[in-house]
This record gives sequence, structure tokens and C-alpha cells, in this order.
Amino acid sequence: MTALELARWQFGITTVFHFLFVPVSIGLALYVAICQTLHYRTQKDVYARQQLFWGRLLLISFAVGVVTGIIQEFQFGMNWSLYSRYVGDVFGAPLAMEGLAAFFLESTFLGLWIFGRGRLSPRVHLATIWCVAGGTMLSAYFIIAANAWMQHPVGYRLVGGKAQLVDIWKVLFSDLAVWAFLHVILASVLTAALVTLAVSAWHLRRGQEVELFTSAVKIALTLAVVGALGSLYVGDELGRTLIREQPMKMAAAEALFNTEQPASFSLFATGNFSHNPRHTNRDLKIPHLLSLLGTRSWSDPVQGVNQLDTQYQQRYGPGEYSPYVAIVYWSFRSMIYLWGLVLALAARGLWLWRRGRLAGSRRWLGACIAAGVLPFLMNTGGWLMTESGRQPWIVQGLLKTSQASSPNVSSTQVWTTIIGFVAIFTVLGGIALWLFLREARSLPGEGGEGPGAEASLAY
Amino acid sequence: MHDFTALQVVWFVLIAVLWVGYFVLEGFDFGVGMLLRVLGHDRADRRALIHTIGPVWDGNEVWLIVAGGATFAAFPQWYATLFSGFYIALFLVLLALIARGVAFEFWGKHEGASWSAAWEWAITIGSFLAALLWGVAWANIVHGVPIDQNGNADGSLTTLLNPYAILGGVTTVLLFLALGAIFLTLRTKGELPERAARIARPAAVAAAAATVAFLIWTVVDQPHQSGAEIAVSALAGLAALGLGATALPGVRDRAGLAFALGTATIATLFATLFVDLFPHTMVSTTNPAYSLTLNASASSHYTLTVMTIVAVILLPVVLAYQGWTYWVFRHRVGREGFTENTRNPLDLIAGRGENDAPAGS
Repeated sequence: MTALELARWQFGITTVFHFLFVPVSIGLALYVAICQTLHYRTQKDVYARQQLFWGRLLLISFAVGVVTGIIQEFQFGMNWSLYSRYVGDVFGAPLAMEGLAAFFLESTFLGLWIFGRGRLSPRVHLATIWCVAGGTMLSAYFIIAANAWMQHPVGYRLVGGKAQLVDIWKVLFSDLAVWAFLHVILASVLTAALVTLAVSAWHLRRGQEVELFTSAVKIALTLAVVGALGSLYVGDELGRTLIREQPMKMAAAEALFNTEQPASFSLFATGNFSHNPRHTNRDLKIPHLLSLLGTRSWSDPVQGVNQLDTQYQQRYGPGEYSPYVAIVYWSFRSMIYLWGLVLALAARGLWLWRRGRLAGSRRWLGACIAAGVLPFLMNTGGWLMTESGRQPWIVQGLLKTSQASSPNVSSTQVWTTIIGFVAIFTVLGGIALWLFLREARSLPGEGGEGPGAEASLAY
Repeated sequence: MHDFTALQVVWFVLIAVLWVGYFVLEGFDFGVGMLLRVLGHDRADRRALIHTIGPVWDGNEVWLIVAGGATFAAFPQWYATLFSGFYIALFLVLLALIARGVAFEFWGKHEGASWSAAWEWAITIGSFLAALLWGVAWANIVHGVPIDQNGNADGSLTTLLNPYAILGGVTTVLLFLALGAIFLTLRTKGELPERAARIARPAAVAAAAATVAFLIWTVVDQPHQSGAEIAVSALAGLAALGLGATALPGVRDRAGLAFALGTATIATLFATLFVDLFPHTMVSTTNPAYSLTLNASASSHYTLTVMTIVAVILLPVVLAYQGWTYWVFRHRVGREGFTENTRNPLDLIAGRGENDAPAGS
């Protein structure tokens, strides 16, 4: 493999691995902050104990998320120096803001939250976990704004062949940045909801700590409904933004090879195994639905991969301008279909809640345990769609991925780092999973704000 | 001769401040990491040692991430040349920081002796390797590496590991070790402060000697010496001598003074390196004309203005809450709280732990 292909694999591997942990951290920080607030308000022990129990899981996820995040910042320069030279004037700003505004906040206050219990007043201690939760979301905001610029560059001009920032507000508050950010936050809420639901269901099926875990299921179900329904609305807005701003990505995500008017929505398509097979072999469709979703009309056209490819060849010169269609299509399908499963699970849960039978329904609880893996599949699908759907561009319409890697880094060097990272991710991932499951299966300890509670979190 | 704007200088200084902040803060927690198994004779000792930096090390490390991000935003050409050029060295730094970072979190999550030992070694080796590599890297940045006309640097390990840079690495290791030991004399109680002081004194002398040697070599190594470079080098030399002097019998018990001098040595040493580097960001040994200047590396005036506004608003806030954190955790930490079978997390899980807050309803 060439250094370029290896650098792409490395970015993909590190991003997917990093993002297994990030949504858990964002979502669980919020969950723990909610528990701690409920305890602060009601003084009920069940919330104090939950906050410690979920806090321990949060810390495992946070540790791995933080250390893998440093790789992300370094590898733009290490593997993608031409990209960094070309867009640093624009892309560097949100990255630096992320560090100044978010990383300092979340790291410093996490230390205060872990070790400050009993040393700070309960009120100030409560504020520290909200600073952590806010910091994780702020961090997501800046990095998504940077990523949205790669998807749809705005607020810049080209000077001497390089992108130069002219309007920071356009970069920070583009439609894509705002919708993609909300999408990530809701996905993180859903992730935490499904993880806590799975853990709680495991304990409820064994009949242990029924009061505590029934309370947890109620919080988790509430968050799951907010996350799932919110994602429906935001996903719809995001999809229409993409049809406007990245039509090729959406056409590939729908396996819509030829422009249709009215456009139908593909439920299940098969095609030849190639980069761009240019047609589907079999395609089960719902008429009019894509026009309706994408353009809010009964029969407006939606552009197809082949027509867009021709347009781009006229605009940018000869070449292949479609992404790997099957990857984009199936990563998008998996997000949608798994979302449907989650919604069904949550609906059933609400019904059981109304009947007061949450703790007793073994089949539903079993389904909840299995559903613990779903958010990780959905989150990975989301990034695969976002990043591979932009190809062959690294910055849509401005710079191709093939022109962005470091010219002075050899494939031997990238092999070295890729082997090193994969090895360390395997070990770290294995240990983190083992610790996470071990902590998740243990019984919650005592609550309270005393030094004993500190010891159960601190190292 | 060199063109640069005021904002470019502001950002060069700010990036210098971020690196100095990183080396001063993470310097002592690297030192504590390196000394973990030397000073900590058993699990309770080591838990106490980790507790002295537990609440702050992660926030300290953010100084590095922000230094990197600020370099990307303000000087993209510097960021691209440095990070792609020093490829394998930075990869090793990453491995060291990853191993060390998760080790703090995972260490206490399980009781086994080999489990603890593995993570303690990860902390020790990770701290040592990162301390060494940063010194090596910065010596090479100031001395220069082969850079071609397109700004592509050759920073392979065979290039980077030259005698001057190795002295730089030894200097940072010894300085961080000394600062860590002094920090522990201030932040621990029981037997630990005495043990730390026994390391701190020779470490301070060795660090002072290495710093002075490295400073002299740096002055000789630079083709031209301005008044400012001589002045800041002399200041750094004085701070180092002061640090070494804290091992003398009369001043032995002034750990606070020693800590201040250690901090001053690290700060002035890196100030010297940045003054020497100015007005370049990367120095080419291939051809001086290929060196990256401030002006050629920098982002546009607009980007620098935006980032200046952001930094002016946020940096004071960050300094305030990080300073507050150090105030909250100013107490000394001893092994008493951490002996086995008292407030052990696993006991708490099983509900067997001593807990002064009775369970509620």
C-alpha cells in the first residue's frame, strides 16, 4: 500500500476507535450531572449512588477518549502536512478554540469533580460536573464546525493557492455545523441512554438493586426518547442540508445513480462490487419518499451519482468524483434501520413503564442488554458515511485527499505508526472493555459526598 | 532583513508561553511519574504519590494540546513542517503520553500485584520517555534539521539523536525529575517528603549542571548572538545555579524556594530556546534560505486577530480556574488514608467499607 492509502487507513482507524468512547463520555457526563442534580434537589440516596456508579464508567471511557484525542490533533500535521499547509489558516482556528475553550474546561473540572468530593461544597461540586458535561459538548461543537468546513467550505477565499479565513462566524455557524453538532449530541445522549439501559437491564434480570436500576431505566428511557425523536428531526434537517450542499454524498447514501423526478427512497439495494457500479442491480423502493424527505415536495427531482459525476468532470476536470457508493449507502442504511430498532425498544419500554412492569419483563430487559451494542454501530456508521461520502475530496471542491498527505513521510513510517496504534488500541480497547464490563456488573456502592465516595472514584 | 508583523510576534510569544506552561506544569508531574516506584515503597505510598498529581495532570497536559492547536491555527506551515518532519519522534511521544494517561486511570481499578506493577511502569517509562523526547525535539528545532525548499523536514531518529540534542533531552529529564522531587517534598507527609528530599538535592545539582552545559552549547551553537539572547541565556544560567545551590546545607529546607527556582529554570531555559529561534519557526541546516520565517509560517492577519480575541478572553479564565484547582488541592497527601482495607474501592462496592455517611432511605 502507498503512504497515502496507509495514512487514510490510519485516520479511519484512529477516528473510529476514538469515537467509540467520545459519545459515551459526552452522554454519560450529562447523565451523571443529571443524577447529581436530582440528588442535590431531592437528597434521595438512589441518585447519589447512581451518580457514583455511572461516574466510574464515565471515567474509564473518558481516559481512553482523551488519550486517543491527542493522536487526532497530531496526525493532521504528521500524516496530512499538505492539508495542514493548505487549510491551516481556516481549519486551525476552531481546533485551537476547542483546546482553549473546551479541553481545559473538561480536564480541569473532571479533576475537581473526582478529587474534590468532600473538599468542595455540594453546590460547587455539582457545578464541576456540569462544567465537565458542558466542556465535552463544547469540544464536540468546535471539532464538528471544523469538520463541517471540510464538508462544505464557507467563509474563506483562495490566496496564493491556499484557503484563507475571511469570516469566522460563517465557519462556526454554518447550517451544516449546527445540524451536525446537534446530531452528534443527540447521538451521544442516545448512546449513554442505551449503555445505561443495557447495564440496568442486566442487573434487573438478576433481581438485584431493583429500586436503583428501575430509577436508572426511567432516566435512560427518557433520554432515549429525547435522543431518538430529536435525531429524527435533526437527521431530517441534516439530510436536506446535505442534498443542497453535498448532493453527491446524499446520492451515494441513497444509491440513487440516476437523477429521478419524482425520486423514490431505496429500502434495500444490491449492486456490483466496485467503487461506482453506476447502477443498482435490485432496488426495493418507496415512490416519492426521497422527493418528500429531500425537497419537501411530492415530485421535485433529486440528483443522481452519474449526473453529478458528469457535472463535476466538467467543473473540475477528468476523474472519478463519486465516493465508494456501497460504503456510504450501507452506513447510512444501518444508521436508519438501527434507529428504528431503538425506537421500537424505547416505545415498548414506555408502555411497560406506564404499566409499572419495567423490572419484570424479562424479554424486554434481554433486548435492552443486546441493544447495548447498537449505538456503537450507529455512531461508526455515521462517521463512515460522513467521511467516505466526501471522497475523493478532503475539502469538498477545493482539495483532493490524494493531494493532501505528507510528501516526506514514507510508507514504512506510516506502517510503523499504524502497527503501533493498532497494537495499542487492541490492548487499550480490550482492557477498557474488560474494566467497563467488570464495573458495570459490580453492585453500586454507597452514596454520599464524603471522602469514602471520593475514594471509590479517585485513583 | 526579516519582515514580521506585531500580531505574528504576539502569537510566537503566546506559543512560547503555552510551551513554557506545559513544561513547568507537566514537568513536575513527569517527575512524580518517574519517581513513582523509587519513592513509593508499597501500594499505599504510590497511591499517595499519584494523588498529589491526580487532580491536575490531565489539565496540565492540555497545555500541550493547546500549544499544538495554537501552532496549527497561527503558524500552519510551522505545524506542518514540524509534525510531519519529526514523525517517529512524535509517534513515540504519543505512545508515551497514551500509556501514561490511561495508567493513572486504570492503576487503581484492580488489586493484582502484576496489574499495579504494569501500570506503574507505564507511568514511569511514559513520563521518562516524554520528558526525554521533548528535550531532544526542542534542541533540534533550535539547532535546525535538514529542510528542503518546500518546507519538508527530515527529522528521522538518526538525525534527531545527535549529541547536542541528547544533552537537551538529558537536561529536561533531570530538570523535570528535580522539580517532581521538590514538588513531592512540598505535597506529601509522613516519610515521603524526606525520601523525596534525598532525591531532590542530587537531582537539583545534576539538573543545574546539565542546564548550564546545555545553555553554553546552545550559545556556541548559534551563529549570531544578539544582546537579548545573551541576556536571557545568562538569566537561565543564574536560575539553574540557584536551583543547584538549594542543595547546599544552609538552604536545604527551603523547598518552596527550590520549587520556585526549578520553575524559573525551566521557564528561562525555554525562553532562551524561543529567543534563539526567533524570527524563525524552523531552521534548515540544508540551506539557511529554506528556514521558515515567522512571516512565511503565519496565518493571515484576520485569523491571527480572531485568535487573539479568543485568547485574550479565554486565557485569563483558564488561568483563574486552573490556579483555583491548585489552591483547592494544596493540602499535603500522606499514606495514612490509603493503607489497604480501609477506604478501598472494592470494599465500597461490596458495601463493606467504612463510611461515615449512612445510607439513606
